[in-house]
Amino acid sequence: MLQTENMIHLRGLHKSYVTGSNSLHVLKGIDLHIAPGEFVSIMGSSGSGKSTLLNILGILDNYDQGQYTLAGNPIVKMSETKAAAFRNQLIGFVFQSFNLISFKNALENVALPLYYQKISRRKRNQMAMEYLDRMGLADWANHMPNELSGGQKQRIAIARALISKPKVILADEPTGALDTQTSYEVMDILKEVNAQGITILIVTHEHDIAAMTNRIIRLRDGVIAEDIRNGEVKKIKEMAFAAAI
Amino acid sequence: MFDRDRWQEIFETLKKNKMRTFFTAFGVFWGIFMLMIMLGSGEGLRKGASSGMGDMATNSMFMWTQQTTMPYKGFPRGRFYNFNNADTRAMIENIDGIEYIAPRIQGRSATGDNNVVRGERTGAFNIQGDYPAYNLIDPMNINQGRFINDNDIALNRKVAVIGQRVRNEMFNADENPIGEYIRINGVYFQIVGVASSRKRDHQAMQDNQNIYIPFTTLQKTYNYGDIVGWYSITARKGTSVADVETRAKALMRKRHNVHPDDTRAVGSFNVENEFLKMNRLFAGISGLIWIVGIGTLMAGVIGISNIMLVVIKERTKEIGIQRAIGARPWTIVSQIITESVFLTTFAGYLGLVAGVGVIELVNKALQGAGDSAGMFKDPSVSFHVAVSALVILIIAGVIAGIIPARKAVKVKPIEALRYE
Repeated sequence: MLQTENMIHLRGLHKSYVTGSNSLHVLKGIDLHIAPGEFVSIMGSSGSGKSTLLNILGILDNYDQGQYTLAGNPIVKMSETKAAAFRNQLIGFVFQSFNLISFKNALENVALPLYYQKISRRKRNQMAMEYLDRMGLADWANHMPNELSGGQKQRIAIARALISKPKVILADEPTGALDTQTSYEVMDILKEVNAQGITILIVTHEHDIAAMTNRIIRLRDGVIAEDIRNGEVKKIKEMAFAAAI
Repeated sequence: MFDRDRWQEIFETLKKNKMRTFFTAFGVFWGIFMLMIMLGSGEGLRKGASSGMGDMATNSMFMWTQQTTMPYKGFPRGRFYNFNNADTRAMIENIDGIEYIAPRIQGRSATGDNNVVRGERTGAFNIQGDYPAYNLIDPMNINQGRFINDNDIALNRKVAVIGQRVRNEMFNADENPIGEYIRINGVYFQIVGVASSRKRDHQAMQDNQNIYIPFTTLQKTYNYGDIVGWYSITARKGTSVADVETRAKALMRKRHNVHPDDTRAVGSFNVENEFLKMNRLFAGISGLIWIVGIGTLMAGVIGISNIMLVVIKERTKEIGIQRAIGARPWTIVSQIITESVFLTTFAGYLGLVAGVGVIELVNKALQGAGDSAGMFKDPSVSFHVAVSALVILIIAGVIAGIIPARKAVKVKPIEALRYE
């Protein structure tokens, strides 16, 4: 069946932005199949359409043409309420700027997706505590976001993304605002998460970060220019290294 | 509704900008405060004006004779004439809309010399010849004894009901006037009652220096024959006073050989008309108060709506995040509407309490000042007005929230993903 074969299934996806009389064709026919449990990075220069693709994958934006199936659910134009429910249940978001709610403490931030599922306060706080513990932040549960370091914030954001037990984690430049050391820590966490069978898609422009994933998809001018699997990555790296020498 | 997270968010937004919250809330506070003050004052004015009329029946009229202005049946114009006892009977027989009819006559007035004597005390007072029905049309408080009754009329008794002022002038405070005698224009009358006016100021003073004696007694004792001075008439329920007035005047013209078109020959005063005029005036004032009040309130509510728009602008990112992690549009909408309703209702409730409080204070002060307050009496806001104002507030809060909430829902979750 479809959902066992493909977690994410895109066929002939097109998207243009219309501003006034100008139409900007951003995605020009994307075909992409991502199996459950894959750890994929999407790369591309700015303007290549990677953010737009992520928005569409995250049901934050509509597409004009083509097909998109997420975990067996056809994602077509739907009501915001339904889209919100899909986002809540299927997708966990991790953002570059963490996007924690500033007036909620760490625990409440992690518990927020469960609030939208109308889970009782006690139960969701208990679960949030578990996830914070897994991120090694149990001691920081009652701290406000502005009292935490970047790495801590991103770990909280990852805990928040995980708490609703999503099928897919979509991460937009998750290490973009972090130093190298912290970036690697965050990537280690994501790898762990991936090891538990959750599909992860990250958008990045850092080669070392992309190299830690199992598959790199390179976008150029709205089409997939390269789709490289793990193993091949290393080979290419070596080749590039050799070429450089 | 009683969700900790939701209220946490509301208080967080309000707290973040205390000054702004205060001024926004103040708009609504002031709106409802002014509305309450104006409504209370309007009510005070209305009560003040209507207390000036005492408890006079609003369905009543007065009718008196004037000079004729047209020659008729050989009579010249400029003729004086009088109503008489036969007129009273004719009206009772011919005009079925009459409820009470009280013929009245005034004895020699107090303009001249002292006309009332008791021992060494003398005074100048108005003497009124009255039927018992008069006290039903324009009632007074009977402080002691009774008013004139049917037996007094039938037996032409020489009894008198004196006004409070008469009692005070003719008797010591510790004396009981009931059963005592006073001499009115040389004739002794026994006092059977003491009455005081329910009206205010000048009118009350006049009422209080009247001496009321039986109509028939006055006619006979002071040689008035069968002359009637004027009539006080009330209309039955379901009959308009104006109708009774027209018919009574027509009847009088006919009976006294007055030209049917000579409207000026019979004078009359229709209390109902005056009352309706007054009611219309106060309905107008009250309408104006509501328009101005609701307008002020609207200004406050629009202020809230505006501020909510600003708040949403500020929180675009936050709303975007919430949407991205699964907040339904309804969650956002209800959040914003709750916030707006909370702010409006809270501020409005304070305004309501403050307004009613001020009115109560004014009321206390007026009561302390006694009767001299004149045109203003018992300002108050009725409970149902206060409740409906509160309901209006809540509805206004919802409306104030709807526009910003719709805007908030239009925020694309993408906003949250955009880099700063």
